[in-house]
Amino acid sequence: MGALSIRNVRKSFGAVDILKGIDIEVEAGEFLILVGPSGCGKSTLLSMIAGLDTPTTGSIHIADRDVTYALPKDRDIAMVFQSYALYPNMNVAQNISFGLEMRNVPRPKRDEAVTRVAKMLQIEHLLDRKPGQLSGGQRQRVAMGRALARNPVLFLFDEPLSNLDAKLRVEMRAEIKLLHLRTKTTTVYVTHDQVEAMTLGDRIAVMRDGVVQQLGTPDDIYSRPATRFVAEFIGSPAMNMVGSQRAAARLHAAGIELATTPEQQGALQAANSSEVTYGLRPESLVFSDAGLPGTLAMIEPTGPETYALVDTPVGKLTARVPGKVVHAVGERVHLRWSPSDAHLFDAKSDLRVA
Amino acid sequence: MNSPISTAARLSQWMPRLVLAPSFILAMFFIYGLIAWNGYLSLSASRLLPNYTFVGVEQYINLWESERWWVALKNLAIFGGLFLFFGMAIGLLLAILLDQKIRAEGVLRTVYLYPMALSFIVTGTAWKWILNPGLGIERVVQGLGFPDFTFDWLINPDRAIYTIVIAGVWQSAGFVMALFLAGLRGIDDSILKAAQIDGASLPRIYWRIIIPSLRPVFFSTLMVLSHLAIKSFDLVMALTAGGPGFATDLPATFMYTMAFSRGQIGLGAASATIMLATVAAIVVPYLYSELRSKR
Amino acid sequence: MSAPVPVTTTVSAAARPRASAQTGPVSAPKWHRFALWSVLFLFALFFLTPMYVMLTTSLKDMAQIREGNLLSLPTSPNFDAWAKAWSSACTGIDCGGLRPFFMNSVLMVIPAVLVSSAIGAVNGYVLSKWRFRGSELMFALMLFGMFMPLQVVLLPMSQVLGWMGIASSIWGLVLVHILAGLPSTTLFFRNYYVGLPDELIKAAMLDGAGFWRIFWRIVVPLSTPIIVVTLIWQFTNIWNDFLFGVVFSGGASKPVTVGLNNLANTSSAVKEYNVDMAAAMIAALPTLFVYIVAGKYFVRGLTAGAVKG
Repeated sequence: MGALSIRNVRKSFGAVDILKGIDIEVEAGEFLILVGPSGCGKSTLLSMIAGLDTPTTGSIHIADRDVTYALPKDRDIAMVFQSYALYPNMNVAQNISFGLEMRNVPRPKRDEAVTRVAKMLQIEHLLDRKPGQLSGGQRQRVAMGRALARNPVLFLFDEPLSNLDAKLRVEMRAEIKLLHLRTKTTTVYVTHDQVEAMTLGDRIAVMRDGVVQQLGTPDDIYSRPATRFVAEFIGSPAMNMVGSQRAAARLHAAGIELATTPEQQGALQAANSSEVTYGLRPESLVFSDAGLPGTLAMIEPTGPETYALVDTPVGKLTARVPGKVVHAVGERVHLRWSPSDAHLFDAKSDLRVA
Repeated sequence: MNSPISTAARLSQWMPRLVLAPSFILAMFFIYGLIAWNGYLSLSASRLLPNYTFVGVEQYINLWESERWWVALKNLAIFGGLFLFFGMAIGLLLAILLDQKIRAEGVLRTVYLYPMALSFIVTGTAWKWILNPGLGIERVVQGLGFPDFTFDWLINPDRAIYTIVIAGVWQSAGFVMALFLAGLRGIDDSILKAAQIDGASLPRIYWRIIIPSLRPVFFSTLMVLSHLAIKSFDLVMALTAGGPGFATDLPATFMYTMAFSRGQIGLGAASATIMLATVAAIVVPYLYSELRSKR
Repeated sequence: MSAPVPVTTTVSAAARPRASAQTGPVSAPKWHRFALWSVLFLFALFFLTPMYVMLTTSLKDMAQIREGNLLSLPTSPNFDAWAKAWSSACTGIDCGGLRPFFMNSVLMVIPAVLVSSAIGAVNGYVLSKWRFRGSELMFALMLFGMFMPLQVVLLPMSQVLGWMGIASSIWGLVLVHILAGLPSTTLFFRNYYVGLPDELIKAAMLDGAGFWRIFWRIVVPLSTPIIVVTLIWQFTNIWNDFLFGVVFSGGASKPVTVGLNNLANTSSAVKEYNVDMAAAMIAALPTLFVYIVAGKYFVRGLTAGAVKG
């Protein structure tokens, strides 16, 4: 039995359906990511797991207990908010122990918990300060400390890194991951940042418009995206999408044949799609002497690698090459790739074919 | 598979309602209940004491046939119009002037606004002395070399209403200024900088950009001032007591006199209902649009 | 409406005189600045003069008032008029000065301010953080009480107070002021609490705090600014009120505004203007004092109430 079960949860506000049937089973100790664009329903789902909102239909179970209608405080969970929501009028120690105070935990035990948590997060020197006197990263840690002090069954994170600048974000991300490795508490983490999703999650649920488009490990999501949306959402720069038509087992776009493997051809025949989207991740494309012709339109060096935008007959493709690009802008180049690196999607349903 | 809601959960759902309920019930009774009651009184034969015999619109007919009521209405129009106009104009002027980065802004603001801290009775009493025919302004100006100057507006039936305007504007202009100043300060600096780069002169900037963006403030200020004008009771009582005679009567003083010293409760109730209708006609649409837009 | 008085200085640093040659109409900073200051100064005089007159008149004796001039300084300033206004001036039948009325006001104001503010705080808390179906409508209905002309509830209200047996007592006034103050105190607190992050409440709920614990431990400690504003606003309005004072009070419970009005309007033979002015000053001092000490909060109260933000 999972530590968290979300069964057929639906939520509507009047005529608008926010969540259209979510089914997720989370194992104990797992780090689950809910990722998707704004409006996909991930925050709503998190609120329901927390007990701050109730589903219209469906149920939520935490550690085999049906908590669908239980109050937040009865669910044995802790949450870290996007804005941290630290109590401004209390100092750090009081912030951390507030939850324990509300549960009538006696003073000495509370102090013990505060010390333990402060040591774990290295915020011992901040215990007397008020939130207003802390930096962004410190506030983050206090918020996590507040959650840790309760030793809950489930951790919830609501986009906790969105308010930090880029560098701090990377640091805190690592800290969250290390913390999870140590405490092994089941975690549900909401974000709109796909890098966070890929680096932190044991499993990722990619959501869109109230539906989970794919639930799987980072590798599953990256290497075998189930839908076009998932393919484009995860991975930066985004996957190149080429529209093509199928003739028997072969694909053509703008008069050029797009290479396919025998397995892909078999799947294409079975799926019987007439229009197929041919997807290629930028790192699958390499410059070569022969292959798809095109003109180099723009290069963006990032340091360790370079993104190259190439104008081809089948559209503008972005390639990602390690190091520098030897060609100059405006030059005629050729792109090559291995057909097994291609992702094929039915153009009408956007579902993966092969 | 729905577990029953626990008692604690149920209580937490109902606590907010329980807490708001007393105030809401009190409001329902003491606002709408009493309004209805007053409405009934206006349709009754009450004179010195309440008498709940229904007489239809007789009191309203008496009201509209009362010369004194018409005087009160006329005065309200004159007073209201002038009070609103001068109050808004002076307030806006002071706000714009103070917005020009004056060093003594804090002091000046305190000076312009302090009259609002005073009771209208204090204001009325003070201005009654200042406008005293014979010993007040009249004598000051005569002393300055104009021996034939007379300023007896206070006891002049045709002019007395203007004294109320003067005192009222004196009391409230600072408030209007505070509102407009807050509105002016709320205007994004970068819009003004963009206008300057576009080459607009200062009066232009004020006329085309700043004043139009003050529209919401205009409306809410207008609302508040109209409210003050319709309610004007304290000021009139202190300054002229409605006199000379009833030359400076306003609906509020009319209502008070009829209901509490003339033993004409039904008539007073009728006049109060008319006052309510006037205020509601202005305020309800305004409130509705405000709360609507604040979704 | 014509354009306002032409002034030069703008939001950016245009106060620096421009050295370069001008081609178009030139704004001469100095001249316009002078005009600006004159206008402001004249208005300052306009607003200050009545206070000056009140003060000086109250320090003069009647002889000087009859001979002299409104604006002249007192030749031998003394507080005789003040003493008389306080303890022996006639306010109708009684000649005990303003003191009893002043005391009545004090006894009335304190409970009225405290209770209306406290209830307003809790109401504001509910309306901003614990909204439920119909709560906005309830709020709107309550808010109307702030706008309606009070004349329309005077008659029935005096009946109700009569039934309750408090028609001529200070408690009647206290009750009326509490009821009349609830809409505005609720509005103030609600608008302020709307600005408190909702996540703060959610975090507290997850920590296990309920409705009241969240209120006492988290919301109230963060409410100092609005509490000050509300207290000042309520104090000023209730102390300065006249309408309720004159309608709902009996012989021994009239507040200071009614006392002042009676004092200044008694048709006794000899009008003592200095006593009138002293009495006005006495009635005005409490709210004036609060204004001078905490004026900033007073302004915030005014702008918060009117520009429903």
